[in-house]
Amino acid sequence: MNRHAGEIALDATASRNLDGVVAGREVVWLSGAAAQMGGQTIWSDVSLTVRAGEFIAILGPNGVGKSTLLKAILGLVPLAAGQARVLGARPKTGNAATGYLPQRRAFDPGVRVRGVDIVRLGWDGDRWGVPLPALPWAHRSRIARQRVREVIDLVGAQSYANRPIGQSSGGEQQRLLIAQALVRRPELLLLDEPLDSLDVTSQASISALIQSVCRSEGVAVMLVAHDVNPILPYLDQVIYLSRRGVVMGPPEEVITADTLSMLYGTPIDVLRDHAGRLVVVGQQDLPLHRLPRLRHSP
Amino acid sequence: MTTELNWNLVDDIRQLLSFHFMLNALRAGTIVAGVAGAVGYLMVLRRQTFAGHTLALIGFPGAAGATWLGLNTAVGYFGFCVAGALIISALPRRGAPNAGLGGFSEESAAIGTVQAFALACGFLFVSLYSGFLNGLNSLLFGTIIGITDQQILVLLIAGAGCLLVLILLGRPLLFSTIDPEVARAKGVPTRLVGTAFLVLLGVAAGGTSQITGSLLVFALLVAPAAAATRLTAQPAAGVALSIMLALLITWMGEAFAFFSPYPIGFWVTTLGFAAFLLATAYRGIADRIARHPPIPYPPRRVLSGSAGR
Ligand SMILES: Nc1ncnc2c1ncn2[C@@H]1O[C@H](COP(=O)(O)OP(=O)(O)OP(=O)(O)O)[C@@H](O)[C@H]1O
Ligand SMILES: [Mg+2]
Repeated sequence: MNRHAGEIALDATASRNLDGVVAGREVVWLSGAAAQMGGQTIWSDVSLTVRAGEFIAILGPNGVGKSTLLKAILGLVPLAAGQARVLGARPKTGNAATGYLPQRRAFDPGVRVRGVDIVRLGWDGDRWGVPLPALPWAHRSRIARQRVREVIDLVGAQSYANRPIGQSSGGEQQRLLIAQALVRRPELLLLDEPLDSLDVTSQASISALIQSVCRSEGVAVMLVAHDVNPILPYLDQVIYLSRRGVVMGPPEEVITADTLSMLYGTPIDVLRDHAGRLVVVGQQDLPLHRLPRLRHSP
Repeated sequence: MTTELNWNLVDDIRQLLSFHFMLNALRAGTIVAGVAGAVGYLMVLRRQTFAGHTLALIGFPGAAGATWLGLNTAVGYFGFCVAGALIISALPRRGAPNAGLGGFSEESAAIGTVQAFALACGFLFVSLYSGFLNGLNSLLFGTIIGITDQQILVLLIAGAGCLLVLILLGRPLLFSTIDPEVARAKGVPTRLVGTAFLVLLGVAAGGTSQITGSLLVFALLVAPAAAATRLTAQPAAGVALSIMLALLITWMGEAFAFFSPYPIGFWVTTLGFAAFLLATAYRGIADRIARHPPIPYPPRRVLSGSAGR
């Protein structure tokens, strides 16, 4: 099964290179990587390459290790096997060139810290000490404030950025956290379910925003999602994780009846509606939790 | 106190400052309040108030033991509080990786047990040192009498060191408080920062205990900080406000204790509680106004127009 996965990934890379569409440098490179959590292997033999400016979705059922994959790239989780290079170095924490949005964090209503302060932490929260506004550093702090305002405008969070973040809605918090991930102008964006808890319009606008950052600044984006439809038009590659292996390739090659049936070990259909949206249909007697949730039926 | 209140502010303050012990009490109070205000703000933000309270209570057996052995109480307070901080930070942390903000709910049972044991030990030491019953009150509820110059020097060194380390921790401490997972990804050693902060909390609790007593440490450690978080959502302003409130509460509390028969612990706690109540009321009203802004003119005309029809 794993060999099969490897072949697909190889094919995909080759075809993209022939097209000449993707010529960016390697941002993430994994070879034969494996991860363990609590003594159990979550995934193994994962090989993939992500280049600058690519927009990549990571799909797969719950608990298969999508978040763990991002953490391994960040250096938060050590690899149990295999090799990895991220932005030309071994994965390690503290890399200023990566922006990270962890999975679903909600600040409870009691958190009385403003949204701007939280975005600002993404800028210089890892520097020791406190900023001194009245001294020669003032220039630096003006640049920081300007950049923070810029990203807040970019995600459209102006109207609630000065409120305590606990009083913002889940989706508003998510926008502010995306701003926090963007504020340092990262070269690699790792977003764990950023569209979760956003309404349909916001999903579309945030997807478009991430794509424009990806294109205009050549940022590589790896985005974990359960619903692929909002991002489908922008995707260069899809990484599909499952217990039976990992497949990487362009969406039209990976999100197919054959590949998904192989990954799930059960017949699965992939349908397209008139708008080009994907609907994944499993067998009727398939337990609900094993279905890949690619799209909610309307 | 035996002194009379003249109801003349200048006179009263002059009278107050003419006593060396009172001067010392104000000096010690100022140091302690500054530290407690700053550390307390972060403690409230980190939701570690329970740990803070426990550290304060751990100081009690330290001080009682030190008295029993004939040592300086400050040694007992700081020694036990810092040791307690190291023990609490070494407790296994089972919180979910995404938990964020604080994470003491899991350990609260263990911490609570330690707290009760600390109180019991303190009481044992007090019993062992017979003829110390008056001292028990001041260890638990604070005193403004008998703060020595040497004690102030110790408080000053501890307080200055505490504030310096707090400033050094600065942004990474705030980051790992609000957003621990991203902080870790950005290379902030969140575990180390957390331990360092608990030690600072231990120093702050140990210092504050020497003024307010072990049981009423919260008056300076929590009340001003909790009031400040209700008044502003800006971290820098919050710390400044928390320090100012703590100073005000301490100065006023010590002055009131001087002119009245009631102990400092009572006054400081009452003032802290009042500040907290006022801040909470302010927040409630401000939030209500923000939710239901007063209706401007035009709707009134519409209303009267529809009524006429
Ligand atoms: N700290 C941990 N200790 C032990 N096992 C863990 C830990 N964290 C995660 N796991 C396990 O690792 C597996 C992968 O977790 P991960 O969070 O990466 O899944 P996921 O694909 O992101 O799922 P979801 O779609 O629900 O977010 C799960 O089976 C989970 O139970
Ligand atoms: Mg996940």
